[in-house]
Amino acid sequence: MSTAGFDVAVVGGGLHGLSAALHLARAGRRTVILERSWVGRHASSATAAGVRTLWRDLAEVPISLEAMEMWHGIAGIVGDDCGFHADGQIRVAEFDRDWPGLVEREARMRALGYAHEELIDAAELRRLAPALSPHCVGALIARRDGAADPHRTIAAFRRACEAAGVTIIEGCGLDAVERHGSDWLLRSGTRGFTAPVVVNAAGAWAGKLAALFGDEIELGLKASMMIVTERLAPLLAPVVSVVGRALSFKQSDQGTLVIGGGLQGAADLDRQSSSVDFLNLAKGARAAVDLFPVVGDVRIARSWTGIEAKTRDLLPVIGASPNAPGLFHVFGFSGHGFQLVPVAGAILCDLIVEGGTQRQIAAFAPERLMAKRAAA
Amino acid sequence: MSEIDLLIVGAGPAGMAAAVAARRHGLSVLVVDDQPAPGGQIWRAVETVAATPRGARLGAAYLSGAERATAFRACGASYEPGSQLWQIEPGFRAFLTRDGKARTVTAKAIILATGAQERPVPFPGWTLPGVLTVGAAQILLKTADQVPEKPVWIAGSGPLPLLYMTQLLAAGGKIAGVLDTTPIGRLGAALPHLPRALLSGAGDLVKGLAWTWALKRAGVAVIRHVSELVADGEGKLQSLRYRTEDGREATVPAEVLLVHEGVVPSIHAPLALGCAVEWHPMQQCYVPTLDAWGETSQAGVFVAGDGAGIGGAEAAELRGSLAGLKAAVKLGGLAETAANDEAHPIRRRLARALALRPFLDALFAPRPQVFAPADATIVCRCEEVTAGDIRARAALGRPGPNQLKAFTRAGMGPCQGRQCGYTVMHIVASAQQRPVGEVGFYRVRPPLKPVTLGELASLDETAP
Repeated sequence: MSTAGFDVAVVGGGLHGLSAALHLARAGRRTVILERSWVGRHASSATAAGVRTLWRDLAEVPISLEAMEMWHGIAGIVGDDCGFHADGQIRVAEFDRDWPGLVEREARMRALGYAHEELIDAAELRRLAPALSPHCVGALIARRDGAADPHRTIAAFRRACEAAGVTIIEGCGLDAVERHGSDWLLRSGTRGFTAPVVVNAAGAWAGKLAALFGDEIELGLKASMMIVTERLAPLLAPVVSVVGRALSFKQSDQGTLVIGGGLQGAADLDRQSSSVDFLNLAKGARAAVDLFPVVGDVRIARSWTGIEAKTRDLLPVIGASPNAPGLFHVFGFSGHGFQLVPVAGAILCDLIVEGGTQRQIAAFAPERLMAKRAAA
Repeated sequence: MSEIDLLIVGAGPAGMAAAVAARRHGLSVLVVDDQPAPGGQIWRAVETVAATPRGARLGAAYLSGAERATAFRACGASYEPGSQLWQIEPGFRAFLTRDGKARTVTAKAIILATGAQERPVPFPGWTLPGVLTVGAAQILLKTADQVPEKPVWIAGSGPLPLLYMTQLLAAGGKIAGVLDTTPIGRLGAALPHLPRALLSGAGDLVKGLAWTWALKRAGVAVIRHVSELVADGEGKLQSLRYRTEDGREATVPAEVLLVHEGVVPSIHAPLALGCAVEWHPMQQCYVPTLDAWGETSQAGVFVAGDGAGIGGAEAAELRGSLAGLKAAVKLGGLAETAANDEAHPIRRRLARALALRPFLDALFAPRPQVFAPADATIVCRCEEVTAGDIRARAALGRPGPNQLKAFTRAGMGPCQGRQCGYTVMHIVASAQQRPVGEVGFYRVRPPLKPVTLGELASLDETAP
C-alpha cells in the first residue's frame, strides 16, 4: 500500500467539502479531498442553488446572514461570481389565510433585531413578479437573497481549492479507517492517506462514514426532485416559494425555469442513485401552473433528484466528534445547505485551526443526534 | 389508471407483430405510438397511401405494410395513436400524453419497439435551414407527397439514400448530385461477408444494385469518397464545399442538402429503465443486451425491432413475434415448449434476415470524420456547444459525458442528448486516448419526451 500524509483529509468532494478544504488550505494546512466518484457528483450538482436567508430556522439565521455577506463578495473568495444574482427570494401568501403567518414572522424577526425579511403587498409583489397569478395577496421578501449557478459554483470552488494547494483525488472511495498513533489512516483500495484531522463532508453517506469512526448519528435522507424546462424569454427575476405548497420557482440565466420545492423522489444509498416519482412531482407542476398560469404550455426538458442527508430537526451537523479525536462533521443540511457553503467552511477552519469558533453553532452539535449512553 | 398485461411502445413492424403474437395467446395488450397511424417509419401512413399512385411509386416493400396494418388492427389490441410515452417507472407504470392530457397505465411487461434514429452527423453548417436528413425528407415524401422544388444534394452513405433517391425520382424530384461519403476500401472490407450475406437470399442485394442502376440511368452525378463537407450560407444553405479522400475539391451552389450516415437504435427508453447495453464496435453505437427472446437485463422489459440492433423491417417483425411469444409465456400461461415450437421457424427466418447485416455493417461503417468534427462545429444543437468546447474540457482530467454535461451544458437540452451523445463519447475517447466503448453515455433524465408543465399538472389529483 502506498501512503500519503496530510494535515487534514476531507472526505467528500461536494461543496461543503470543497469549502472546508479551501479555508483550511488558506490557513496553511496541507489538505486532501477524497471523493468517491467526482467533485460535485450528488447533492451539489442536483441543487436548485438558492441563496436564501428568508424563512430560515432561527438557529441558522446568524451564520446565514454572515454567509450572505460572503455571497455578495463571492468573487473575492473563489475568483468567480458563481452566477450569483441577488434578485431576492419571495415567500408568497396565495390566500388571505396565509397572510397572518407572514405578518407574525416579520414581527418576530424585527423583535429579534433582524431586518432582512420584509412584508410586501400585492402591488409590490406584482411589480417584482409580474408573471405571478393575480390571486396572490402579498409576500415576505429578503431582497438581498437570490440564486447561483451550481455548476459554476462547483467549478469555482474547485479551482480555488487547487490554486490554494488542495490535493483533490476523485474515484477514491474509502474501505476502512484505522487509528495509527495520533493519525487516522484512511484506506482506499491499495492507497492509504494519513492525517491527524478528518473532515466528514460525505453528505448523504456521512452517517455511514461517522460510524466507521464510532459516531452513531441518527440521519435521514432526502431525495428532492427538480424540474428544468426549455428556455424562455425573461419572465421572472426573484426566486419564488409559496406558503402551504412544495414549490420553489425561478428562472436561470439560460432562460430555463428551475422548479423544486422539496417534493421527494426515491433514494437508494447503497446504489448511490435516486429516481423521480412523477405522480408526486405532478404536485409541483400543479403548484407552478397555479402560481404562474403562463407556464402551462412550457415543456419540461429534464427532471432529477439528488441525495442528501436530513436530520430530525432539519438543522445541519457542524462540530467536533465527541468520540473520535480529530474528526469534524459538516453535513446534514437537510435541503438548504447551498447558501451556507462559504460560512460552513470558515467554521470548520476555526474549529480545526483555532480549536473553537466565535460563531453560533451550538444548535448544530453532533451530540444532539447521538443516542445517550446509559449511565453506569 | 388502467391495468393491462402488456404495453407495447411503437406500432412499426416490431410493435405490430408483437401485438399480434401476444393477442393470439390471450394477453391484454395496449399499443401506444406517437404517429397518427400504424406502420412505423418504414410503412408510415401506409393505410391511406397504399391505394394511391404514391403508394405504387414507393414500391412493393412499402406496400406490403398494408396487410400488416390490417392484421394489427384486427388482432384485438387496444391501440392509441398520437400518444407520447414519456416515462416508465418500475413495476411498471407508464406515463403517457395524448391530446394534451397525461395519464398513467400499469402493465406487467413492456415491449419497447421504438426503432432507430438517424445517426447525427455534425459538420460545419449542419444546423443551417436547408440542411436536413434523408430520413426526414423521406417522411415528407411518404406522408405529404412533398418533393423539394429545387434539385437536392444528397450526402452520406448507406441503403436509405439509395432508396430515397429512387423514390424521389419516381415522384418527379430532381437530384443535383450525390456526395457519397463511403470511404475507399469499404467494399474490400465488406466482401468477406458476402457469402454469408447471400444466405439471406440475393433479394436485398439485387434491390440495392437495382437502385444504383436506376440512379445511373437517370444520369445522377455521383462524387465518391467524399471525406469533408461544409454547408455555407447567410441564414440558409446557399452553397456546399466538399473534399474527397483523393484531394478533389469543389464549391457548388445548393439550396437543399440531405444527409445520412446510417441509423442507430433508439436506446433512451432502455437506458432510462436501467437495461444493460453493450457497445457495437462496427456500428459505433450501443445495443441493449438481450436474450434469445429479446428480453433485457430488466425482467419483463423487452426490446424488439431496430431498437434491438439495426436489422431492417423483416428482422424487426420476427423479433416482435418472439418478444410477444415470451410475454405470453410469462403472463398468459403459454407453455415454454409450445412457445419454443412456435419460435423455431421464426428464429430460422431471423437468422437468414440478419445474415446480410455484417456485409452492410462493413460496407457502410461510419467514416471516422463523422466522430471528429472540427473545433468550430456545433455538436449539441440544443445548447449550441461546439466540438472545441467539449474537446477543451475533455482534456482536463478524465471527465466522462455526465461531467462534461455539467461543465459545458452539452446534452442538457430537450433532445436529451439524442443528437450529441455519441459525438461527445468519441471526442472524450479521443481526447483521453481510451476506447470509446469504455466512455459511457449520458445518464438519461426523464421525461423521455418533452411533456408540458400543464400536462404533468393534470396528473395531480389532490385539491390545492
